[in-house]
Amino acid sequence: MGKVIVVTSGKGGVGKTTSAAALGAALAQNGEKVAVVDFDVGLRNLDLVMGAERRVVYDIVNVIQGEAKLTQALIRDKRVETLYLLPASQTRDKDNLTPEGVEKVIAALKKAFDWVICDSPAGIERGATLAMRHADVAIVVTNPEVSSVRDSDRIIGLLDSKTLKAEKGERMEKHLLLTRYDPARADRGDMLKVEDVLEILSIPLLGIIPESMDVLRASNIGSPVTLADTNSSPARAYFDAVRRLKGDALPVTVPGEKRGFFGKFFGRKAA
Amino acid sequence: MTDMLTQPRPIRLKGRSFLALALSPELPFEDWLVRLDDLAARSAGFFLRRPVVLDVDGLDIDKTELRGLVEQLGTRNVRIMGIEGARPSLLGADLPPAMSDGRPASDFEMPSAEEAAGTARPEPAIDRTLAEPLPATAKSSLVITEPVRSGQSLFFPEGDVTVVGSVASGAEIVAGGSIHVYGTLRGRAMAGTPGNAAARIFCGRLEAELIAIDGFYKTAEDMEPDLRGKAVQIWLEGETIRAGTLG
Repeated sequence: MGKVIVVTSGKGGVGKTTSAAALGAALAQNGEKVAVVDFDVGLRNLDLVMGAERRVVYDIVNVIQGEAKLTQALIRDKRVETLYLLPASQTRDKDNLTPEGVEKVIAALKKAFDWVICDSPAGIERGATLAMRHADVAIVVTNPEVSSVRDSDRIIGLLDSKTLKAEKGERMEKHLLLTRYDPARADRGDMLKVEDVLEILSIPLLGIIPESMDVLRASNIGSPVTLADTNSSPARAYFDAVRRLKGDALPVTVPGEKRGFFGKFFGRKAA
Repeated sequence: MTDMLTQPRPIRLKGRSFLALALSPELPFEDWLVRLDDLAARSAGFFLRRPVVLDVDGLDIDKTELRGLVEQLGTRNVRIMGIEGARPSLLGADLPPAMSDGRPASDFEMPSAEEAAGTARPEPAIDRTLAEPLPATAKSSLVITEPVRSGQSLFFPEGDVTVVGSVASGAEIVAGGSIHVYGTLRGRAMAGTPGNAAARIFCGRLEAELIAIDGFYKTAEDMEPDLRGKAVQIWLEGETIRAGTLG
């Protein structure tokens, strides 16, 4: 049985889709079977970021409504053969995602894949709650600024109450992925400090992704940043996050700070 | 005559709550009255001058039976000030008024048989219980060991709320008693909501958006800036919210 991960944030534009694609590609490069599922019905983007937009025939709504089989809708990545994409529909709206339909699709994906990564839409409505509903692990994507942090806090509250795990009385495993971290702005004090974000959200830190032109470049050529340039700083940060996700006790370093110093404080295992 | 009518002085009406003894009679009334007589014999004057409310909720009785019971109690010097849980059709002008929305308080301590027999004045023990103002509100408390997240609203009119973690921006806590936050209070805290001016708010670090006690509130903008980020307690003095650092 595969593990279901939801990549969520509440706020839009913080890097959910970028992170879902980058983490998915990084996991798949280790030879594990990964399916990345776009839940943003009506505003799909994951197909673009993964460079599969010209190969979309069927989508998740077709599968839910019985118009296509899951295997017909899944798109295999051309660069990494264990990486698959289940696109969202651009022409329908989120009402077409039914709880029963989503449950069936996720159950089928769990059987066939090692990792199922659900890319949540922004907001706290149907699309977002259905994306998180069946998750085993949540990755909360946050930018180091107040509105993003507050929205993430709201999402964590929903993860602890509206998911299947929460309803069964179990604890949802949650990780914080701090994205668009700009060392220069952090130096000037224009951004929230990492320790402040951690203090407010009080969930373990999975990684810090630096703000970088490499991310924009990768998405323009339709490639997850962990495939476009494996040596770029955001790619390395995503690879480290994947190692922590799998249980490695790898210390987190803050971009622009002396290596290792910060790790003493926040280098605990992301569990 | 006209002079008196043209000078109308407004009559002030005030609400006030008192602690009353609630008697819950059981059917058949004859047996219950025997037990009551037994109790009265052991503690003479227990019901004397005490406000007593008759709770007839769930009793299948008619108007005549109810009137009979009130009269029976009257002959025993138990004066009924109101009747709780009765259908409106049961009550007439000749019966005490209906009472509703009663809140439970602690049980009255009944004087024990030996106390009544041994000492001539069992009053002190009873007076002590009467002097305690509604101890029920202090009894219940709610302890939250998880952080209170943005968008979550915690409503606990029964008493105190203790949060071991932090209260996030956009979260709110409404408590009938005091609010204790051991982490950082960033959201809203409203203490003493049902008219409890003695309630306080305590927090390990004050970053609150709004605080209120018994309906008097202060927004973040009105709070003393030098208290921000500190361990603070907040209380009500008359109609003014006061705050000071802890420790």
